[in-house]
Amino acid sequence: MLEEVHVSLPADAEAIAALKLGSVVYLDGVVYTARERVYQRVLNEGHSLPQGLGEISNVNFHCSPAAAVKDDGTYEIGGVTATASFRFSKYLADWLDLSGTKIIIGKGGMPGDDYQHVLAPRGAVYLTTVGYGTGALLGRGVQGVEAVHWLDEFGIAQAMWLFRVKDFGPFLVDSDLQGQSLFAQQGDLVNRKIDDLYTGLKEPALHRYGETKDRTDELI
Amino acid sequence: MISNQSIETASYEIMKKAAIDIPEDYLAGIKSVASRESGELSGFVIKTMINNYQTATEDRRPMCADTGLPRYYVKVGDQAAFEGGFTGIERALRSATARATRDVPLRPNRVHPLWRTEHNNNVGINAPEIEWTFEPDADWIDITTVHKGGLFGTDYRMLFPGDGVDGIKRFLLDTLISFGKRGLCCQPAIIGVGLGGSKDTCMQLGKQAACLRMVGNRNPDPKIAQLELELMELGNSIGMGAMGFVGSSMVVDLHIEVGHTHTGGLPMSVHTFCLSSRRATARLHSDGSVAYRTDPKWFTPYHRRETIDWDQLSRGEAHA
Ligand code: SF4
Repeated sequence: MLEEVHVSLPADAEAIAALKLGSVVYLDGVVYTARERVYQRVLNEGHSLPQGLGEISNVNFHCSPAAAVKDDGTYEIGGVTATASFRFSKYLADWLDLSGTKIIIGKGGMPGDDYQHVLAPRGAVYLTTVGYGTGALLGRGVQGVEAVHWLDEFGIAQAMWLFRVKDFGPFLVDSDLQGQSLFAQQGDLVNRKIDDLYTGLKEPALHRYGETKDRTDELI
Repeated sequence: MISNQSIETASYEIMKKAAIDIPEDYLAGIKSVASRESGELSGFVIKTMINNYQTATEDRRPMCADTGLPRYYVKVGDQAAFEGGFTGIERALRSATARATRDVPLRPNRVHPLWRTEHNNNVGINAPEIEWTFEPDADWIDITTVHKGGLFGTDYRMLFPGDGVDGIKRFLLDTLISFGKRGLCCQPAIIGVGLGGSKDTCMQLGKQAACLRMVGNRNPDPKIAQLELELMELGNSIGMGAMGFVGSSMVVDLHIEVGHTHTGGLPMSVHTFCLSSRRATARLHSDGSVAYRTDPKWFTPYHRRETIDWDQLSRGEAHA
């Protein structure tokens, strides 16, 4: 059985240090969404963060919700699903420094280098959503919208949403404060068998430009 | 007579059904791969997904917040009586897309490729896609919507006749391994393989194979059916399960569709229909009645015909 833990947000240093690779995590408190448009706005264009963000939440969810603005101006949140995080690698060091964020949630993890050199030294860890398509389960964990920023300018998918959440999960711990990665460890185990799968298959008639034959390589 | 209004209403219904309710055949398929899964992490992921499908149905919320790219497949019977012309149908489908996006709600995913601007309703230039086919001896219109995840798990390659089945296996392994790592393609998935045709047809065939056939359905050509099973087993022997964790759950089913192709080539495409395998179909009859189902029944014998004339003798099987 996988270990299950509940973490209250904003998460304190002790709770984060206690997270072990492969543990199942549920969150209570406030999480915020931010992806490329928000990062660009703050980091490249120099806009300031919404006031008090750091005190309310230290969890950055790489997510675009299925949401709608109702006629009375309130929000309806349907499903909530993470988006692939590796694309945001270049923003993260500055973002963590500026926002004080300690937990990143997303899809697919980040390269191991980022864990060792960017997240772990800043006391931050990465949680991955499970199966990725668990939008309904995660949607159920969202109790309400605390605030939303840049909605008109960026649209629903790219706006910064602050969600009040309860029993929000499950997530799996992908990285810890030592900078280890669950995905990388599992990937290494899978890689050991890969060569065998190709033995006996003849070479392709035409190779592709830029083709790698090292199947332990990853696309991210 | 089938009115534009009833097409709009039925399409809105299937948009909702597709987004919320996991098709039974796929759920059964997932449960059967799960029962063979020995990897602890992979097993946990699949259990969570099954839980997620239940939650979606209970709460009437989309199973995945990533809407994918909603699109339509329309099959029009020769005897179908409908008003408003073909452009009337297209307008109804666009309207249903916008309405469902707001009401379910679905995430508006569609943006202009260069300006990244959107209409917040999943409608735009060439969006939603609508593919048309026709059917003899039928007085109905079938409308199927598919919301397929859009970013990972699809690839195309021009193989050559000499590459044969080895080449097919090699390219399938390449695709599944590269997109299976970290579970980028959200496996376990229904895999569609397109073989032959011209490049664009090949892509289309593979996508339709993934999205428009039921789990457990086999290609009518017994040798192709055999190859489907063989490739499915190959995919599940990679040693990779859900999210790329150690395990055996990669392929829920594998479908192959073929098209006659250039004598010198063997084009191949691979498509993965993710953990949210969203499809739903409505049949609108000329008498005004509507029936809903999850089996698109897209690949009819007529659709896969090989000859100039549609053989009178095989007509009887067309709607079996
Ligand atoms: S690929 Fe995954 S995240 Fe994307 S639509 Fe499918 S289940 Fe959702």
